[in-house]
Amino acid sequence: MWRYTLKRLLQGLVTVWFIATATFFAMHNVPGDPLSGERASTPEIRANLEARYGLDQPLSTQYVIYLENFIKGDFGISYTQRNRQVNDIIREHFPVSATLGILAVMFAALGGVLFGALTALYRNRLPDTIIMFMVILGISVPSFVFAALGQLMLVNINDWLGFSIMPVAGWGTVSHMIMPALVLGMGTMAYLTRLMRSSMLEIINSDYVRTAKAKGLPPERIFAKHQLRNAIMPVITVLGPAIAAITTGGFVVELVFAIPGLGRYFVQAVQQLDYTVIMGTTVFYGAFLVFMVILVDLLYGWIDPRVRLQ
Amino acid sequence: MSEPLVKLTPDDFKPLGLGEQRRGINRPSRSYWQDAWGRLKNNRRAIFSLWIIIGLLAFALLGPLLWNVDPARQDIDQISQAPGADRSATVVAPYEYWGGQVTEAAPAQQGIFNLGDAPNSQVVRLVWDAIPGAYGYRIYRNIFPLEDDRVFGLPLIDVMSPSAGFYEDRLNLRPNTYYYTLVALDEFGALAEQYETLAVEVERVITVDEVRARNLVPPEQELAIGDTVNLALHPLGTDYLGRDMLARLMSGARVSLFIGIVAPFLFVLLGVIYGSTAGFLGGKVDQFMMRFADFVVALPFLLFMILFQVVFGLGPGQSGIIPMMVALLVLSWPATARLVRGQILQIRQEAYISASRLLGARNTYLVLRHMIPNTMGVILVTLTFAVPSAIFTEAFLSFIGMGVAPPTASWGSMSNEGLATMLTHPHELIFPAIFISLTVLAFNLLGDGLRDALDARMRSLE
Repeated sequence: MWRYTLKRLLQGLVTVWFIATATFFAMHNVPGDPLSGERASTPEIRANLEARYGLDQPLSTQYVIYLENFIKGDFGISYTQRNRQVNDIIREHFPVSATLGILAVMFAALGGVLFGALTALYRNRLPDTIIMFMVILGISVPSFVFAALGQLMLVNINDWLGFSIMPVAGWGTVSHMIMPALVLGMGTMAYLTRLMRSSMLEIINSDYVRTAKAKGLPPERIFAKHQLRNAIMPVITVLGPAIAAITTGGFVVELVFAIPGLGRYFVQAVQQLDYTVIMGTTVFYGAFLVFMVILVDLLYGWIDPRVRLQ
Repeated sequence: MSEPLVKLTPDDFKPLGLGEQRRGINRPSRSYWQDAWGRLKNNRRAIFSLWIIIGLLAFALLGPLLWNVDPARQDIDQISQAPGADRSATVVAPYEYWGGQVTEAAPAQQGIFNLGDAPNSQVVRLVWDAIPGAYGYRIYRNIFPLEDDRVFGLPLIDVMSPSAGFYEDRLNLRPNTYYYTLVALDEFGALAEQYETLAVEVERVITVDEVRARNLVPPEQELAIGDTVNLALHPLGTDYLGRDMLARLMSGARVSLFIGIVAPFLFVLLGVIYGSTAGFLGGKVDQFMMRFADFVVALPFLLFMILFQVVFGLGPGQSGIIPMMVALLVLSWPATARLVRGQILQIRQEAYISASRLLGARNTYLVLRHMIPNTMGVILVTLTFAVPSAIFTEAFLSFIGMGVAPPTASWGSMSNEGLATMLTHPHELIFPAIFISLTVLAFNLLGDGLRDALDARMRSLE
């Protein structure tokens, strides 16, 4: 187990290095540069600025400096907000995105497992039909439509009740988080429901479930101990990629619900060509996702020893 | 005793002579593809989705031939018009200066603040009598009825004269109900207590010259003042700039479906080439190639999509379609590559490959003749499932403003524009959203059907 963990962590580090390198060289090919702003500058001023930011060095030297700073955990200073460090921006806005993402993953996982198990138990009956219809909707309707509809629904509910049961936008309290997290988790929930359903159907027809029934175990016990526990395994496998999808998918939800998360900040930085923020955020997000996937894999290995042996 | 099924005679047991035809298999043998097609045909959902996809393609490619309207053309008189809205307009004489004389067309006068003429979208003419004690007047216009809190709306003019007066409002009038308020001003120009509100129903009008310029009626038709003409038809309404929704949906369909179908085709092709090379060569090369693919998979997809949009840079007049295609191509191939490599590794060990090799087949022949055709089913399924995700990606990027650049329409950018007016004009969001959902749904269901038909192992439990 330790060797496996160590191996995965090393792999993750190399992957993060690849992400950092790809980001560095991609950003270096951006047409124009951060110093050619609206203000006219003489060649002397330009040369001074380039020296200040180390842009007069050869590309390889710049790359080494970049990696050194990166290892030290220093992503530099924002170009558009000179008094802010990229680290501060990440420290301030990432917890918001992470909270939203964790809530959304929880919604998605709980909902997916619950609804998936229900559809399998009530196969080809009314609950199955209704849930599978919702799943098809969840898979084919884009998240921004859900975001808009969710907001609209809140407006109407608040209007009908005469007081605000849940705020329509913004961030701060738990009631701010519920709707965005639901919207964000919707697509993944639909996907997990489908997965859970087929894995559950496979298990319902398996030999050990029949044996459990034959020896007279109560159905609830079979459901909880034999079916659910085994059917949940494929859901855990895709949870890593699902976390990745949900955290980056947060951009739209953060935009629509006016949530001060890192995703919204990233989009804003891209629109303003704020190079250091773009690079810092990409590498940070990339590293976060890589280690989330590893974490889920390790968790899976811990739950299911067969995976470790491979 | 039951009758024997086949009556056998001693003739049936005679040996066949040379060249004589033996009774063969009754039914012709069916190829893999015929078999798969037969299974797909029995899947009603998949066939229905196939028809929807054909319909969407026809909508994008043939639609503009039937509905030949410029998607960028603005109809200023019909902005954010819902489908099926009233589009009649009365022909009136061109605007002329008005001296404040109440005309016969004006409604009955009551109170202090009144209309001086029939209100229409060309001009609203207001007259008022002097309010005792007032030093001047200010006129406001609102689109909501006045409530207690004295929110009057948009101030139009201050008249610093205590006597009766008149005012012509020509500011951006639409066929709505407007609430005009006349407020008295004190000697310092501040708002006094007295005010009077007037609800005005504005009627849509058009001048003869405008009718002629926009070809709304046949040129030979006579037009008189007071006639009713219909403005240009917009079957699905117009957007917030007065552009025809149907024409924009059609040109948006071209962009969205182009990205959604061509990009997956290209990156699946790239994945097939990469994966089959790695799988066929095997060993160190295979390990190295797959390691690289693992790295590309680990890149956070949407972040790098956005990053690539920046890297390629959008020059003036560019639509942003090509950068998006390249970014999709660069980031999306590894999934297919992994899948194809796995399949090739499996097929490489099949007996028929060894047989073919023994017969002297070269490597290229083995790959092209045996390996790729045998992975074709998996590739086709991947391709079908890649389409909805590419369409989602395009819609997503255009929605956050990093996709196609205006004025190019795509379903995603139309949804983005429609979001702002969602409460008042929901059709601007609903139509593009329905098209995105329908396309994604159709490709997903077709993909399910194809998977069931082509690959027995991947068949889903239904």
